[in-house]
Amino acid sequence: MIRMIKRGKMSKRKSVVIRLLAVIFALVIFAILIRVMDLNPLDVYVALVKGAFGSVYRIREVIIKSTALVITSLGIAIAFKMQFWNIGGEGQIFMGAFAASYIALNYPELPKPLLLTLMIIAGMIGGGLWALIPAFFKAQWKTNETIMTLMMNYIALKWVMYLQYGPWKDPMALGFPKIANFSANAILPKVFGIHIGWIFALLLVVLVSVFFNHSKKGYEITVLGESENTALYAGIDIKKTILVAMFISGALCGLTGMIQASALNNTLSIDVSGGLGFTAIITTWLAFLKPFFILIVSILFAALLQGGSFIQTAFGIPQAAAELLQGMILFFVLASEFFIRYKLVMNRHQVANEKKGDN
Amino acid sequence: MNTMMVAFLANTIISGTPLLFATLGEIITERVGNLNLGVEGMMLMGAVSGFYVGLTTQSSLLALIAAMLAGGSGALIYAILTVSFRTNQVVTGLALTIFGTGVSGFMGQSLVGKVTPDAVKAVFKPVVVPILGEIPYIGEIFFQQDIFIYLSYIMVVLVGIYLYKTRLGLNLRAVGENPAAADAASINVSLYKYAHILLGGALCGLGGAYLSLVYVPAWQDNITAGRGWIAVALVIFAAWNPYKALVGSYLFGGLDIIGFRIQGTGFPVSQYIIDMLPYLVTIIVLVVASLKKSKKNAPPKALGVPYFREER
Repeated sequence: MIRMIKRGKMSKRKSVVIRLLAVIFALVIFAILIRVMDLNPLDVYVALVKGAFGSVYRIREVIIKSTALVITSLGIAIAFKMQFWNIGGEGQIFMGAFAASYIALNYPELPKPLLLTLMIIAGMIGGGLWALIPAFFKAQWKTNETIMTLMMNYIALKWVMYLQYGPWKDPMALGFPKIANFSANAILPKVFGIHIGWIFALLLVVLVSVFFNHSKKGYEITVLGESENTALYAGIDIKKTILVAMFISGALCGLTGMIQASALNNTLSIDVSGGLGFTAIITTWLAFLKPFFILIVSILFAALLQGGSFIQTAFGIPQAAAELLQGMILFFVLASEFFIRYKLVMNRHQVANEKKGDN
Repeated sequence: MNTMMVAFLANTIISGTPLLFATLGEIITERVGNLNLGVEGMMLMGAVSGFYVGLTTQSSLLALIAAMLAGGSGALIYAILTVSFRTNQVVTGLALTIFGTGVSGFMGQSLVGKVTPDAVKAVFKPVVVPILGEIPYIGEIFFQQDIFIYLSYIMVVLVGIYLYKTRLGLNLRAVGENPAAADAASINVSLYKYAHILLGGALCGLGGAYLSLVYVPAWQDNITAGRGWIAVALVIFAAWNPYKALVGSYLFGGLDIIGFRIQGTGFPVSQYIIDMLPYLVTIIVLVVASLKKSKKNAPPKALGVPYFREER
């Protein structure tokens, strides 16, 4: 009879290999799907890579996309580390973009460094406060945060729609429902042809890594995520930890919103997020919530998205194929975690021996 | 009660029906101890498959079967991962939603703008139930609807009887409350989980098909627009009870269409603000539910916890 037993600690390299195998499995299944569509999977994958890295312009696009993914994923990771299922990245991005836009539209003549700094602060506070609402209810009454953060995404989206179609509608746009563009001072500068956000992203990878591994709060978040009881016995202020962690989580998502609005859209619109909050959940999970891995996985995913839109035009494969592939990768990686935590053994006798071996 | 009000309430039933199917499905799933956040994904899979089959075969029955199979196959992926592979239920459900959104976008690209064929429409046109349909008000609201809606009434009663009045239902609730005890009483925990997660997925698929085949009735991208998530919240609102799910679904169905209605009356509030209502009310419901933690309305005890026989 096949039985499963818990493994001892698996080497890091082996667990990375297992996850990589899972991704390859997903790619193979996807290749079969492409084959069914009467296309050559190899051609499609080559085109995918070309579409992502084939020219300077495309590489820049990938970096722009990964910048937003990295920062959002770092935010999500802080919440997930605490087992707080923040599905509200999308809404926090919107509210960060909203707050930053409020500054940009009302004080367009401020000197550039001051205006941008204010916008960044406003964006982070906007996203942070939006995340603080579910955090408060979770801390106070254990209200289900998954659904609450999700519902708040829709409210944030409707809020931006309301502004775009209502009070903030640009009267100069000839009736077209859009918000006026920011002044030049409110647009993030470029470094090496790419908006400065990528430097923020790299800095934040280091900062969040230090926060997780070398700060008291980061440690408390980890303990709380592993066991609430342990946290309680260790004298950790659970409520405060939830509030602080979620504020930081939302603030990072809000920063993404500010960057998207300022550098890419040059204004606030319902397109500032475009599903980032959800994609970031996958990247965060694939990166085992570790900042450095988040950087790598985000670049790969950004490449997948960028390449995905390229194969759409080249082969007529629907854009949704990228989402399909994301879902499949996540399924396989989730399943692979089982093999990291457990191993299957054939009979009872063996189980007894294994147990002895483990002790 | 004037005719406008009656018409509004009758429409409330229509817009609440996709929610009702999905909520019933999720109730069954959660009762057996699994929190499946993939409702949105399964609804989308059901919506696109039902619509595709309805369009190509002109058969409403085949369309419904396809929708159930599609929702069920989404649930099967979820069941394999969470029951056999013991994965994190929250993340797995999210993955299913992303996957289902991808499937519907992928399959639906060639369907955008296509309308439900007349042969299918004819099957789902309103039918007046004899006697019941003639009751003033009540009849007009509840019993002059299409057969899909009558199916939902039947489902509510069936699920209610199944959960509370049958041996199988008792066993299923036992699995959700305390799988180790159920296992000790020689209930096959994994089988119960698989069967009911699949059943739940099939119901979500039906909810999606109602949207694409009857409610809209045409294909549009992301046709569910977050209804799957509202269904997840409705389960909490309904305290895992199928009869309360009926009330909740219609309440939210009403909130869903009220913005559009108010727009026509010149009420001085933006449509977008009113569109926030269902989500806002869901949040209020969540908070209120977490405030009063009565034993009667508590979630199944083992909800979200994977069961390891080996670790007993």
